[in-house]
Amino acid sequence: MARSGTTSEAVRPVPLLERDAVRLWIRRIRLTVSYALLVFFALMFIMPFVLAAISSFKTLPDIAQNPTGLGFDGGLGSPTLDGVERLNRERIRIPRWALNSTIQTVSVTLGRLVLATMAGFALSRLRFRGRWFIFGAIIAVQAIPGIVLVIPKFLVMKQLGILNTYWGLILPLMFDAFAIFIMKGFFDQVPHEIEEAAAIDGATLWQTYSRILLPLVSPGLIALTVLSVQGTWNEFLHSLLAAPSNADIRTLPVGLALLRGAFGENNPWNTLMAASLLTTIPMAIVFFTFQRYFREGLAAAAVKG
Amino acid sequence: MSPAIIGLCIFLGAPIIMSLLVSLRDWSGITAPFDSEFVGFDQYRQLITDDGVRRRDFALSIRNNFYYVAGVVPTQTAIALFLAVILNQRRLKGKGFFRTAYYFPTITSSIAVSLIFLFLFQTRGAVNAVLPFQDINWLANPNGVIHNILGVAGVDSAPGWMDDTEILSLPLWEWISGPSVAMLSIMILVTWTTTGILMLIFLAALQNISPSVQEAAEIDGATWWQRFRLITVPLLKPTITFVVTLGLIGTWQVFDQIFVISFGGPEKTTLTPAFLTYFQTFQNGEASLGAAVAVVLFVIIMAFTVLQRRLMRNRDWS
Repeated sequence: MARSGTTSEAVRPVPLLERDAVRLWIRRIRLTVSYALLVFFALMFIMPFVLAAISSFKTLPDIAQNPTGLGFDGGLGSPTLDGVERLNRERIRIPRWALNSTIQTVSVTLGRLVLATMAGFALSRLRFRGRWFIFGAIIAVQAIPGIVLVIPKFLVMKQLGILNTYWGLILPLMFDAFAIFIMKGFFDQVPHEIEEAAAIDGATLWQTYSRILLPLVSPGLIALTVLSVQGTWNEFLHSLLAAPSNADIRTLPVGLALLRGAFGENNPWNTLMAASLLTTIPMAIVFFTFQRYFREGLAAAAVKG
Repeated sequence: MSPAIIGLCIFLGAPIIMSLLVSLRDWSGITAPFDSEFVGFDQYRQLITDDGVRRRDFALSIRNNFYYVAGVVPTQTAIALFLAVILNQRRLKGKGFFRTAYYFPTITSSIAVSLIFLFLFQTRGAVNAVLPFQDINWLANPNGVIHNILGVAGVDSAPGWMDDTEILSLPLWEWISGPSVAMLSIMILVTWTTTGILMLIFLAALQNISPSVQEAAEIDGATWWQRFRLITVPLLKPTITFVVTLGLIGTWQVFDQIFVISFGGPEKTTLTPAFLTYFQTFQNGEASLGAAVAVVLFVIIMAFTVLQRRLMRNRDWS
C-alpha cells in the first residue's frame, strides 16, 4: 500500500488457478515454519521447569551423571525421595518459610482489597476537596523506581519499630498505589444511575458502597486478588529488608535466596529444585485457575512497570 | 499549579529527598540516621571525583549494568514482537497453549527461577550438555564477552594506551570488556522470564490492528517482510515505545537474580548500582554511600527514559 509500483508487479499474467496454488503452498510453508518456531520456543520456556521437576526425584549422582536426563537411572538409585525429605532439615526450613509466605500473602491481599476498594470508591464517587491531588499522588508513587525506595522504606520501618516482625513483612505492602489505581478504574465503569436509584430508595453511603457497587466491581476484586497474591508471594527485596536478623520470619523467596552458597560446592540440587518448584506450584495453580484475570491484570500491571 | 503536579512533587519527591538527605551524611545504617555527621557531597565525591576503590566499584557497576541493558532490552523486545506476530496469524491453531507456555515464567518467583538457572548453568549442567561446545564455565567466569571475541581475533591483552587511559578509575580496556560470561548467563535468564509478558502486550496491540489493512496489502502483493516493516511496525510504534521504556526502567534495577546467582561476583563483573546500593547499605555499613548510589541511579533511569522517548518520537519508521 505504500508503494503502488508493487501492485502492478504482483498482477503478473499467470493463470488464476496456478497462482492460487502457489499462494496456497506459500501459506502452508509459512504455517509449518511458524509451528516449528512456536514449538521450539515453547520447549525453551517449559523445559527448565520439567528438568527441575524430574531432578527433584533424582539422586545426586544421577543428576551429576545425566544432567539432561528426562528419565531416572535405577543403577544410581533414582527415583528417590531423598531430596524431598531434606526440605525440612537444618538450614532448609521450607514448611516454616511457606507458612510465613502464606501469612504474608493472605494478609497483604486482604488488606489491599479493603483499602483499595474503599480508596477506589472514594476517588471515583465522592466529590471531596483535593481529590485530584490524591489521585495525582497515587500515579506519581508508581513512577518511583523501587530501588530508590529501599532506604526511605527501611528508615520508616525502623522508626515504627516493625523491623523483624510480621508487621514489617505485611504492613508496608498493604498500601499499594497500583491497587487503588485499578479499583478506581473499575468503579469508574459503573454507571452513576445505579447509585442515584439507590439514593432515591434511601440507601446510605455505606450501603451503596457495600451492597450495590462492590458486587458490581467483582471482576476487579478477582483481578486485584490474583495480582496481589502473585506479587506478594514472589516479593523478594521488601521481605529481605523487613527481616534483617530474624530467621523465623523469612519467606520462601528470602529463605531460598539465602541458601545460595550455604553448601559450598556440594549443592543438594534435588532438594533445591524441589524447593524451587514448591515455591512455583501455588502460583501455577492460581495461574491456571484464573488465567483470564492474569492476562488482563498482567497487562495492566505492566503499565506500572 | 495543578493538584496532580503538587502530588507528583510530594510523593515522588519525598522518598528521593529522604535518600538525598541520607546521602549527605556519614550514616552507617545502624544508629539513628540524623545523629550522624553531615558531610555534604563527600559520598558523591567518592563515587565520581576521588580516585579510589569506591569510584572504581561504582564505575564497574555502571559498566556492567550498561552492557546488561544494551543486551537485554533489544533482545527481549525483538523476541516478544517476533513471537506475537507469529502467534497473531489467523490460521494458527493452539494459540492458547503457546501463549500460556510463553508467559508462565513471568508469574513465577524470580528467586525460584534463578535457582533453577543456577542448576542448569553449572559447568556440568544441562546447558553445557545440550550445547555442542566444550563445557563453558558460565557462572564463575569474569571474562568479558567482547574481550573474548577480541581474543579469538588475536587481541588478547590491552594495547598500552587503553590500559593507561583511565576513566573513573577504570582503564579503557576494562570499559570495553562487554558483559562477563557470568553476566551473560543472568541476561539470558532475565530475557527468558520477561519476554512472555512483553509478548502479551504486543499481542494485545496487534489484535487492535484491523486485519483488513494486512489483507489489502497482501492482495497488493506485499511480502511478509514488507507488511511487517511497513504496516505492523509503524502501527505498533506506541507499543514498542512503551515496551522499551518498561524494559529500560526494569533492567536498570536488576537485583534479585544477581543476589541469588552471583552476589556481584565473579571479580565484581555482575555488580550493578542496585546491588551496590543494597550491599553498601545493608552488608557493608555504608548506608550513606548506598543512598548516594541510589540517587545517581534514579537520575540515570530518568535520563534514559526521557532520552529514549525523545529518540523514539523523532525516528522515521518507514
